[in-house]
Amino acid sequence: MIINVQKLNLWYADNHALKDISMDVPRNQITALIGPSGCGKSTFLKTLNRMQDLNPIVRIEGEVWYNGNNIYDPKMDVTDLRKHIGMVFQKANPFPMSIYDNIAYGPRTHGIRARAKLDAIVEKALKDAAIWDEVKDRLRKPALSLSGGQQQRLCIARALAVEPDILLMDEATSALDPISTGRIEELVTQLKKKYTVIMVTHNMQQAVRISDQCAFFLLGELIEYSDTSTLFSTPTDKRTEDYITGRFG
Amino acid sequence: MKMLFFLCGLVSVGFVLCISIYLFVAGIPAFKVIGISDMLFGKVWLPTASTTEPSFGILPFILTSIWGTAGAIMIGVPIGLLTAIYVAKAAPKKVATAIRTSVQLLAGIPSVVYGMIGMVVLVPLIQRTFDLTSGATLMAAIIVLAIMILPSIINVSETALSAVPAEYEEASMALGATKEETWFRVTLPAARSGVATAIVLGIGRAIGEAMAIIMVSGNVANMPGLFKSVRFMTTAIASEMSYAAVGSLHRDALFSIGLVLFLFIMLINLGLKFFIREKKEET
Ligand SMILES: Nc1ncnc2c1ncn2[C@@H]1O[C@H](COP(=O)(O)OP(=O)(O)OP(=O)(O)O)[C@@H](O)[C@H]1O
Ligand SMILES: [Mg+2]
Repeated sequence: MIINVQKLNLWYADNHALKDISMDVPRNQITALIGPSGCGKSTFLKTLNRMQDLNPIVRIEGEVWYNGNNIYDPKMDVTDLRKHIGMVFQKANPFPMSIYDNIAYGPRTHGIRARAKLDAIVEKALKDAAIWDEVKDRLRKPALSLSGGQQQRLCIARALAVEPDILLMDEATSALDPISTGRIEELVTQLKKKYTVIMVTHNMQQAVRISDQCAFFLLGELIEYSDTSTLFSTPTDKRTEDYITGRFG
Repeated sequence: MKMLFFLCGLVSVGFVLCISIYLFVAGIPAFKVIGISDMLFGKVWLPTASTTEPSFGILPFILTSIWGTAGAIMIGVPIGLLTAIYVAKAAPKKVATAIRTSVQLLAGIPSVVYGMIGMVVLVPLIQRTFDLTSGATLMAAIIVLAIMILPSIINVSETALSAVPAEYEEASMALGATKEETWFRVTLPAARSGVATAIVLGIGRAIGEAMAIIMVSGNVANMPGLFKSVRFMTTAIASEMSYAAVGSLHRDALFSIGLVLFLFIMLINLGLKFFIREKKEET
């Protein structure tokens, strides 16, 4: 287990958005989070790299264990944590800089200055994110000149460039066409050899296609969590069944 | 009715045209008599010398204006930018409001008041600190100018910084950057055209200022030096126009200084247009 969540509760002011969530996330697997809009998937994902710290109205109780440390321990080094737990957002958000500088941003932030080393990191990250061939001749061009699908893969590459253990992805394909989506799904399946992926998706076929574990959230609660084939073939909870058969959501 | 609006619009166009034409017509004759390079590169300004040949070198004024503006930018831009970052990103709401209000007040203070305070506070302070015969120096003028350009730098760059999408900052933090790293390495570069606009506005304000600096700079036509009394292009015109005899070469030369100043300001405005256009293209 790479992540172990224990009795996690989260409030946005007095909106109780996560209720007693406990779950284990296995290493080198893809874990999908599904559930209707507003059930707390993004909220949960953002608790795993403490991005919720940025929101002053959020209050959190409970524990999230990562590599033997509770990430909510006050002694936790948050920037170091975020180096190990990378994140890809729903809307591709490359920096308004060159493709190269986007990828090099993380490594530079963490103190890597040597040109040759950066070049190598950039190339490797872009290759890992399956976008190297498309951009290798235009690394100095602005990242915003890429297509939406390319921008999203660039953001994945940017996250990979800091060599995280875990990659959190929040509906990373929801704004993309089927071909770009296919490429990213393929990419994510490749990534699990080296990384652990936790992804939010609204697309149940996608969850079935690529995830190993699947967690179903409803109104801030974790209703059911098991391996994906079990969850979709023999759900134990009536609400899960209703959701995956499309009776609501 | 439409005609009335058109006529009103015509008024400002008319004034700009009149002023430009007048400046050229009035500014060129002295160049012709004295010679462009003798005037632009001459280091001695003695327009009313009677025992010797009068001399009309305006280089001291040009360089003083350039050094003065550059100095003000070197002090005002870092302070202004850091303030803008603090107000836009870090300050608690109440503190931010307090700073914004003070900056607005600062912008509203008439330049003669800056001059007065500079004269009674700053000039003696510089005189004592550096043990000079007079504290009325280029340095005093630079400090006054630096304070005067703060409001435009803070206001314009704060607006630009606040307009940077939060997603950029989130992406940076999610990569393990601290807030400070994020502001300097993502937010500031993303707002660069707005920041450049702020700086150019500051330059424009500084180079055109006369009243405040005439009171603190000693008003002597020296080649510029930090601890020397100096005269700017603006202050040369302001202080000598009243006694330069009508029809004299002295008076014509003052108009030539005006023309040079005008060309500087045109250049700055061109720069401004360039940055604003770049900004539009980015979005
Ligand atoms: N920044 C915020 N401030 C206040 N409340 C929030 C904030 N973000 C989310 N919420 C609330 O928390 C609950 C869970 O929202 P969340 O965004 O986690 O849902 P989600 O499952 O990701 O939905 P979607 O599928 O639409 O993205 C909702 O009730 C939402 O209104
Ligand atoms: Mg969401």
